[in-house]
Amino acid sequence: MKFFRNSEAVIGLIIIAAMILIGAANPAFWDLDNLFSLLQSNIIIGIMALGVLLVMISGGIDVSFPAVAVAGMYLTVHGMLLTQYDGVLLPFLAATLIGLILGALNALLVYRFKMIPLIVTLGTASIVRGLILGIIGTSMINIDRFPKVLINFTKSDIYTVVKPDGTTSGMTSMLLIYLGVALLIHIILKYTMLGRGVYAMGGSAESASRVGFSLKKTTFFVYCACGALAGFAGMLHSSMIWLCNPRDFVGMDMQVIAAVVLGGASIFGGSGSVIGTMMGVFMLVMVKNSLILMKVETTWQLVVLGVILIVATAFSAKRDRKSRT
Amino acid sequence: MSDAYLELRNVSKRFSGVQALDQISLRIMPGEIHCLAGENGSGKSTVIKVISGVYQPDEGEVLIDGKPFVAKSPVDAIERGVQVIYQDFSLFGNLTVAENLSINTQLREKRTWVNWRRSRQLASQALQRLGVDIDLDAKIDTLPTAQKQLIAIARSMMNDVRLIIMDEPTTALTGKEITTLFDIVRDIQRRGIAILFVSHKMREMLDISERLTVIRNGRKITDGPTRDFTEALITKHMTGHDIEVDHFNWKPSTTSVTPRLEVRHLSLPGSYEDLNFKIYPGEIVGISSLLGSGRTEFALSLFGLMTGFSGEIRINDQPAKIDSVQAAIAHRIAYVPEDRLSEGIFPTQSINRNMLSTMYERLSRYLVIDREKAASLAADMIKKLTIATPSGEKPVNQLSGGNAQRVVIGRWLLTGAEVLILNGPTVGVDVGSKAEIHKIIRALTQQENGLSVIMISDDVPELVQNCNRIVMMHKGRFLEELVASQTSEDEINAKLKSFG
Amino acid sequence: MNTDFDSRKFLKRDNNLTQLVLITVFIFVAMSIVSPDKFLRYYNFQSISFLFPEIGLLSIAMMIAMLTGGIDLSIIGIANLSSILAGVYFANTIGTDTSMSDSQQLMHVAVGAILALGVGTLAGVLNGFLITRMRITPILATIGTGQLFTGFALVITGGPAITGFPKYWAEIGGGAVFGVSIPFLIFVVIASIVAFLLSRTVFGINLMLIGTNAKAALFAGLKREKMVFLSYMMSGFLASMAGILLSARVNAAKSDYGNSYLLQALLIAVLGGTNPAGGKGGVLGICIAVLALMFLSSGFQIMRFSIHLIDFIFGAFLVGVIILNMVLEKRRGKS
Repeated sequence: MKFFRNSEAVIGLIIIAAMILIGAANPAFWDLDNLFSLLQSNIIIGIMALGVLLVMISGGIDVSFPAVAVAGMYLTVHGMLLTQYDGVLLPFLAATLIGLILGALNALLVYRFKMIPLIVTLGTASIVRGLILGIIGTSMINIDRFPKVLINFTKSDIYTVVKPDGTTSGMTSMLLIYLGVALLIHIILKYTMLGRGVYAMGGSAESASRVGFSLKKTTFFVYCACGALAGFAGMLHSSMIWLCNPRDFVGMDMQVIAAVVLGGASIFGGSGSVIGTMMGVFMLVMVKNSLILMKVETTWQLVVLGVILIVATAFSAKRDRKSRT
Repeated sequence: MSDAYLELRNVSKRFSGVQALDQISLRIMPGEIHCLAGENGSGKSTVIKVISGVYQPDEGEVLIDGKPFVAKSPVDAIERGVQVIYQDFSLFGNLTVAENLSINTQLREKRTWVNWRRSRQLASQALQRLGVDIDLDAKIDTLPTAQKQLIAIARSMMNDVRLIIMDEPTTALTGKEITTLFDIVRDIQRRGIAILFVSHKMREMLDISERLTVIRNGRKITDGPTRDFTEALITKHMTGHDIEVDHFNWKPSTTSVTPRLEVRHLSLPGSYEDLNFKIYPGEIVGISSLLGSGRTEFALSLFGLMTGFSGEIRINDQPAKIDSVQAAIAHRIAYVPEDRLSEGIFPTQSINRNMLSTMYERLSRYLVIDREKAASLAADMIKKLTIATPSGEKPVNQLSGGNAQRVVIGRWLLTGAEVLILNGPTVGVDVGSKAEIHKIIRALTQQENGLSVIMISDDVPELVQNCNRIVMMHKGRFLEELVASQTSEDEINAKLKSFG
Repeated sequence: MNTDFDSRKFLKRDNNLTQLVLITVFIFVAMSIVSPDKFLRYYNFQSISFLFPEIGLLSIAMMIAMLTGGIDLSIIGIANLSSILAGVYFANTIGTDTSMSDSQQLMHVAVGAILALGVGTLAGVLNGFLITRMRITPILATIGTGQLFTGFALVITGGPAITGFPKYWAEIGGGAVFGVSIPFLIFVVIASIVAFLLSRTVFGINLMLIGTNAKAALFAGLKREKMVFLSYMMSGFLASMAGILLSARVNAAKSDYGNSYLLQALLIAVLGGTNPAGGKGGVLGICIAVLALMFLSSGFQIMRFSIHLIDFIFGAFLVGVIILNMVLEKRRGKS
């Protein structure tokens, strides 16, 4: 029975069960094309979710990451076009840095001014999106103008198959980036004092401070990391779809938070894991993906998503309450 | 004498206009068990924070091993061998025992990477040093309080500690657990580590400490070897008053023969078993027991918060179904909880609102509250209970413990409660207020058809002085009943000791 | 005992309120100085009076949820769903019968309004149920229901907006009586009722107490679950009313209208003195905060700032005011 108390195991089982069900309803689910596409959809959301995970473990919350992602992506691509820059590394670094700085703003407001994270990040989301759309503009950068170097970068696949009809289907190598980020975060959380400090702060900020953790350092770490990951993800996203749309990512904040909570993180802080979050994201993506497969009209998708969210949060409410007693 | 391990010399500390410490001097010898005694608000916690480096003194100095000690942060104090165990133990509920134990060592060593194997080694060594065996992989929030405390102590001993400060260590412990704690404390002492207990639980402090210091209003009143003090003397120093011992004389009511509240064969598996109990108008019946005896569960059941019991509750000899708080209130039963701050009051709301909180429903017609009536009821109650405040609109968290307690009692008096269950009525209340609250309660019982009071308390003198009957409870059962005028504090203490 | 209104006590009691009033006045004056001819026109204030009620109602809905320490992120979903359902009803009654008389139309409009309000209240019932019975924490519960309501709205409309609302409906959103806009009148009535409920009834006081200390509320015998449940029902009702006003003003209903309103409602609630942790909040503060934001918004619009920049200004404004509060608190504490 100890196996069942492990919420990650439970989610894993649910995922497997769901996959079997969906596959039974529509065997097209198991097509390599579909599986590859499914995995690919995990990448961007997953990277952002990992950032949100860090913040949530520490007891906070961040709803500004979609706006930060847009900022990172839009500013960088514009910058590339303006300077006709021809490289991959620097733009990604720049986007990440932009995200980091915005994250630092959040951290400053939360730590120094002791403001409630939800309100702070709602405010900064507004500030960032407003500034970007207002000053830089609302125009999309579509594939004609999109930097070729980025398009080429994301084209590579790690695994290609040739299908019976002669076309190829490939698993994008961007997946490796996601896995790499996940591994990095996992190592930080599990094997560094910095990571343990995040858990400690989420468990009891007062005790963490007494024991010797620097709440300032930890707060800045989680919010800056979340921002950096968002900026990075935004850049990666636009590079993968060869499009830079500043109105992107709207409405994503709530879904990502729900995925992180689904994956075992408590909204009150102190718990959560990389594996759990990755599974939560997988679930979310799979639901969205499968509705199309099961020929559910796109208009119903949101309803189904809502129901699943409600059911899932009901379960995690039970789980959270048990452990808090 | 500069062979003291730690010394405070004429330390003063001010906070925005309030003098928290005023020329305090204190000396702790190496390996000494020392008690710092003082009421709430006497400056005890400020002393702890000055010693542990959280605050720096405005005047005076702190000396360790005879040399001046200036702390820029709590870490400095830790470096010099001072560890504080706060009431909440500073543990992380969401982390394991092993991690809790090893976490500050790893922090101290400024490590970047966590070595989990080493972490377990450190943890198991720490527990062994204390002679305690707890599952290293258990999450802290699954453990009982006494074990959490042991882990906190084990952790404090991990780094060259010379002084362990324990803030109110015995509050949440049962008798047996206190004995275990004291054994461990004596063992620690043998290793040359000094212990500073900060507590107001005089009985236990007299048992364990060798020297004590009493402070009041931020000033040191007296200090000396514990054997030179009695409980009464310490209390006198803590409060500055002579407490009058004034026993309750219960005159049996001439009018009523029926018990106001009666309980027959009340059982709740896991909490209490086969309880039989009667209380008449005008009585104050005490319940004395060790922690964990089921007394709070019994009270909560009477108040409708712990349902599912079997047996019968009768009010004025009529069977009563108490399956919710509202039902209990309708039957004129009231309950004043132990933890006033988190369970009793609405801190930021006004005194009036706190008092009227239960009454609002009755004061309203078609949803609208009769404001004038409410205000006058509240004002009358403030006067009746002599609550010290210029206005009923002030937030209740500005009141002292004693006055806040009166507000809670006032709330129930307004609803016309006939049975008042008090759980730890004067915990955290200064002695002056304590006596007054007792007087108020007694006065309420002595009116015609007066209040019946069930008083649950760990304060044996409080029980002996105020109750006419005392019920001894143990492991979910009422064991025996004593008549207060025919028993003594010593007798009750002996019985309690025999339980543990 | 003097229970009369004591203005001195009133102002001192809420430093936050006075500060807010000062800020609002400051904004008003600043905007007037910058664009005196356009800002100070009657037309400007009239258009504010048409916009004010929608966001005002939504902010009050948010505040009520926050009083008990919760939050309602589904209010926009509720607003849209309610107005969409009303629109569908109209399409199937008035829309099918071109020869319907005016009085018949009026009756249908009334039914439509009741339908919308009913939907909102039911939505609130769902929220209340999930939060009090299923014990789901409000932020997660309302994220879920928000998606659900918006999803249903999407299913019903298929995506595009529903139009063709009857003329009496448009009157609600655009008409005026004695020079005062109808939406504004509606808002004043509702806001007064809410203010009354919060300060003079058991329900309102209970919400404050529950939000201050839920455990003590239990020990004081308050019917916590019932009160919290009712408060979410009320938020739902108010949200649907806001939806009615919005669809009446633009003569259309769509599943994704008013997305920016959610953030604004939250900001206004907090700005207006509501404590997100519960126990504190009032209608007057909300009204002043809405005014402040409306002045800010219209002033900047007159200055030809894009709506995006105005979003930015809202965000910066909130952050600025909260920092200001913090600094003032510190200084007050030191003295």
